[in-house]
Amino acid sequence: MTYLAKSPWIIHYDASSCNGCDIEILACLTPMYDVERFGIINTGNPKHADIFVVTGSVNEQNREVILNIYNQMPDPKVAVAVGICATSGGVFRECYNVAGGIDKLIPVDVYVMGCAARPESIIDGIVTALGILEKKRSEGASAPVVTDHHMNKEHHKHAEGGVQ
Amino acid sequence: MSKQITIPFGPQHPVLPEPLHLDLVLEDEKVVDVIPTIGYVHRGLEKLVEKREYTEYVFIAERICGICSFIHSQAYVQGIEQIMGLEIPERAQYLRTIWSEYSRLHSHLLWLGCFADSMGFESVFMNSWRLREHILNDLEATTGGRVIQGVCKVAGVRRDITPEKLDEMVKGLRGIEHELQDLTNVFLHDSSIQHRLKGIGVLKKEDAYQLGAVGPTARGSGVAIDIRETGYAAFGKINFRPVVEHDGDCYARCAIRAKEMFTSIDIIEQCAKKIPDGPVDMKVTGAPDGEYFSRAEQPRGEVIHYIKGNGKKNLLRHRVRTPTFTNIPPLITLLKGCDLADVPVIVLTIDPCIGCAER
Amino acid sequence: MMEPQTILPIGVGDVVPKAEQAKRDGKRLVQIGCTKIGDDFEIIYVYDKDYQLTSYRITVKQADEIPSISSVYFGAFVYENEIHDLYGIHVTGINIDFKGTFYKTTIKHPFSVTIVKEDDSCQNK
Repeated sequence: MTYLAKSPWIIHYDASSCNGCDIEILACLTPMYDVERFGIINTGNPKHADIFVVTGSVNEQNREVILNIYNQMPDPKVAVAVGICATSGGVFRECYNVAGGIDKLIPVDVYVMGCAARPESIIDGIVTALGILEKKRSEGASAPVVTDHHMNKEHHKHAEGGVQ
Repeated sequence: MSKQITIPFGPQHPVLPEPLHLDLVLEDEKVVDVIPTIGYVHRGLEKLVEKREYTEYVFIAERICGICSFIHSQAYVQGIEQIMGLEIPERAQYLRTIWSEYSRLHSHLLWLGCFADSMGFESVFMNSWRLREHILNDLEATTGGRVIQGVCKVAGVRRDITPEKLDEMVKGLRGIEHELQDLTNVFLHDSSIQHRLKGIGVLKKEDAYQLGAVGPTARGSGVAIDIRETGYAAFGKINFRPVVEHDGDCYARCAIRAKEMFTSIDIIEQCAKKIPDGPVDMKVTGAPDGEYFSRAEQPRGEVIHYIKGNGKKNLLRHRVRTPTFTNIPPLITLLKGCDLADVPVIVLTIDPCIGCAER
Repeated sequence: MMEPQTILPIGVGDVVPKAEQAKRDGKRLVQIGCTKIGDDFEIIYVYDKDYQLTSYRITVKQADEIPSISSVYFGAFVYENEIHDLYGIHVTGINIDFKGTFYKTTIKHPFSVTIVKEDDSCQNK
């Protein structure tokens, strides 16, 4: 890949991450690393986003949020798992509330190493994702709507019952 | 009375880097009730003490939060050292103090940036984070990590800083001081920022104290709680005064953090002058048998690590009460009666760190 | 070395009077924490004034009910909901009672049971 035809926008979601990777993603946007020179903008709206950047691992409460954001994104879309927690659960994989990496829930295209992931490796991961995005675009690929088969129905009921 | 509607705020929200969910009950534009929902970041890491030895657990304690990382590991090892009766080398105490003040600097600059962004001041956000990179470079040069340092261990620290490097660090901080001054001038004197912050989200002194507010949230309301005054690590040998403001509004909480950065630079300079020579760690044998509430002052306020051991390698219990967790009740009080448009600003002024709060 | 700490054992009935006393003395609530020791649950209430901690410990069983101190200290509800969700100890009379939805966990009352995860391997299969 030598150039980009369009400016890819990213959406970032913190799924039970410790903040370490999150602040490094933010650091990528700031003058020292400045990914905006590649046309990359961090947006808050999934409908505007091409790349889904997730930090941290899947837990009971954020399952539906991750799915919700992923399914709202337009095709073609790419998911990037940033940091070891998003890849496999990392040091927290033995915690009772951690189900594991993001790929337990949604298809992941790029894994970024590190605890916390360094801005350089995050940028490298995003640039790799851009290549995959271009490929998906040229193939006209469309991702299926992902549903969660493991969602604990009982907890779901609790949430609806909520506090009055 | 007008009709009440409920607006969900978060967990994925442009001003929040982290997932916090609030159900805002509104009457017209006024918030009348707030119901927080947490648990999006809950991992249950306190339970890992059953699987990790107390020496290995330092790494987990550090990863409670990536912003307050160093001070979490410091508070944890302090508790272990207290239970085991270890008198650790003084040089290690000073080094811990220096790194914890560096963490505070990086956290406050991070917060000032995010806060500016929440008000729409993108250039100030960029400037804060540009200055923060200077702090992170020093942290990386001395510890090896930018945000997760991994330098604290039971009975000492893993790395030493050479006197030349210490000199260079202090000179570097003095070098960026005028830039920090320019930055804080924007927060303290810019008319549009004052308009956005003054008189918004007022927390009265008694409320702040009774609701259990800590850190800048408490000090902004005139409650002078700063755990550094108890003299843990080397703070007992350093002259400093906690920054206290009395208005209790968003502006006061913002001013606290802006002014604290200069206190931190002073503390680092004093430490660099007073630091004694000697070893930075010692041998440790046995395992903790007893319990202790270890306290430390984080950028967000008082953190408490409760450690209970029974003489085995695995602790019985490690419980962390983080500053954000205890700042939730004051936040609820602050939000009641405010305008919907001020919610992001008020939420950010308690500096919510959800990774900490939910563990 | 930091100052030594003592934790005073009290009965369940003394929890609210001690909280009221602490409030009259101008103390702030620092934390309420729970620890499982064998079949018993130790709950520690910590108050602070001028950096001096005062701690009270009660020992209960899981089936016991403990009274809420949220009528004395408004902020106590976060700790009491936490104790209910993570340990399964019922707290009566919380001012903002989440009824078990404060933390949503895969395993109910995770801190009251021993957990063995089937998939403990590093590899994410």
